Amino acid sequence: MAIHQPSTLSEACALLATHNRGSDRDLAPSPLVPIAGGTDLYTHWPQRPDEHAKSYLDLSGIEELRAVRWRNDSLTLGALVTYWRLIQDRTCWSALPMLVQAARQVGAVQIQTRGTWAGNIANASPAADGVPVMMAYDAVVELVSSEGREEIPLADFYQGYKQMRMRPDQLIRSIRIPRRSFLFQRFEKVGSRNAQAITKVGVAIARSGAGWRVVANSVAPTVCRCPTIEALLDDKVTVRGPDDLATALSQDIAPIDDIRSTARYRRRVLARLLYFALRESCSAFE
Amino acid sequence: MRHQIRVEVNGKSHEREVEARQLLVHFLRDELRLTGTNVGCETSLCGACTVWMDGKAVKSCTQLAVQADGCSVTTIEGMKQGDTFHPVQEAFWECHGLQCGYCTPGMIMAAGALLKENPSPSEAEIRQSLKGNLCRCTGYQNIVKAIAHAAQGGAQ
Ligand SMILES: Cc1cc2nc3c(=O)[nH]c(=O)nc-3n(C[C@H](O)[C@H](O)[C@H](O)COP(=O)(O)OP(=O)(O)OC[C@H]3O[C@@H](n4cnc5c(N)ncnc54)[C@H](O)[C@@H]3O)c2cc1C
Ligand code: FES
Ligand code: FES
Repeated sequence: MAIHQPSTLSEACALLATHNRGSDRDLAPSPLVPIAGGTDLYTHWPQRPDEHAKSYLDLSGIEELRAVRWRNDSLTLGALVTYWRLIQDRTCWSALPMLVQAARQVGAVQIQTRGTWAGNIANASPAADGVPVMMAYDAVVELVSSEGREEIPLADFYQGYKQMRMRPDQLIRSIRIPRRSFLFQRFEKVGSRNAQAITKVGVAIARSGAGWRVVANSVAPTVCRCPTIEALLDDKVTVRGPDDLATALSQDIAPIDDIRSTARYRRRVLARLLYFALRESCSAFE
Repeated sequence: MRHQIRVEVNGKSHEREVEARQLLVHFLRDELRLTGTNVGCETSLCGACTVWMDGKAVKSCTQLAVQADGCSVTTIEGMKQGDTFHPVQEAFWECHGLQCGYCTPGMIMAAGALLKENPSPSEAEIRQSLKGNLCRCTGYQNIVKAIAHAAQGGAQ
């Protein structure tokens, strides 16, 4: 196993350009896997010798990636910003509270001190808890490579299970989240227990001048917005109970049976989470 | 590939050459012979391997030794100051916060990190801080009592 430990972003991009680009894969050196907090990469480590044969790019020495920048209209998180960092940030509690709520639900303190928001995005798990709240807040992902930078809305970032609009020579540099005034926001996570459980079904809901955002996790190949439900809320369609949401939901989600839960459970529970959360704020919900 | 690292552990600087793939927990146990930090699962779940890295609780089985280069690490062996036990250690003794003791070093490191941030936590905050630590013996009640007791005694 080889590990590269650059101290600047341009060094990191140059390493990725050499290792992770090129049409002739056979001639290129072995591709580099970026490491942020390592909380996804190192689980079961001793039992995964295949992973030991790979080459890694440790981002932890790149200071500029640790920055948290509050502006009047946005929050920008460098790629090394951890959950713990935002749990400690009082501005975040009032300006973007779902970030704090989700952070406190990720694993346990020892995971929150290491795990990063960018790592949560790039791991591309459909069960990620940071991704739905960032997506409900209309976050934008900034990518960099030696060729330049580009921005992609998080809602357009995933193309299928573990498929992202990010080339192997690109890194996430930052995540930008617009600041808005919200009329309603709610994050719900259901796992098999309260402590350190991966989500069976979850949802982040936000309503601002930009409209409704409803983002669900663990119910499709990727974390996903629910446009049919969002339209139903915008149109103030009368909803008499959770079952009234089922038809709209079935157009938005595609849950499966897996080790954590069943498709049926996920459909039913998501409809109920939505109904009982929204009943508080929507007059169209009876 | 081997790497030269320098890590401060319990106030003492150590320089070693390590394999890139070596986990911090194995560095602490096998290279430095600090065997108070336990391994219960290596899947990042049980928390028995909890240590502080630059003052924050982390699971040392989810961390490479090379990434601790330049950092300061505190293990259970570093909690005692001279002949005086850390208040959380005292409280585990007084409140019988352990049975077999396997989870205890990790519990004490998690609790110590909580009390540094929040010297008088509520019971809910104590339980929240132990989400990442499993105990197969005690049923947690006396662990929670011990941490509350340490907090009342004025842990730093
Ligand atoms: C015990 C435990 C409990 C957990 N519980 C939860 C939970 O409740 N909810 C949840 O959502 N997650 C959970 N996780 C998963 C994990 O902690 C999160 O996904 C975390 O956000 C990952 O961040 P990281 O910095 O540790 O990523 P890493 O492990 O360092 O990396 C994850 C992936 O992202 C890539 N990557 C990292 N940074 C970049 C970058 N800047 N650019 C491009 N690619 C990058 C890496 O190559 C890798 O593929 C848990 C993990 C553990 C061990
Ligand atoms: S050994 Fe590290 S969490 Fe169990
Ligand atoms: S005392 Fe035995 S595992 Fe906790």
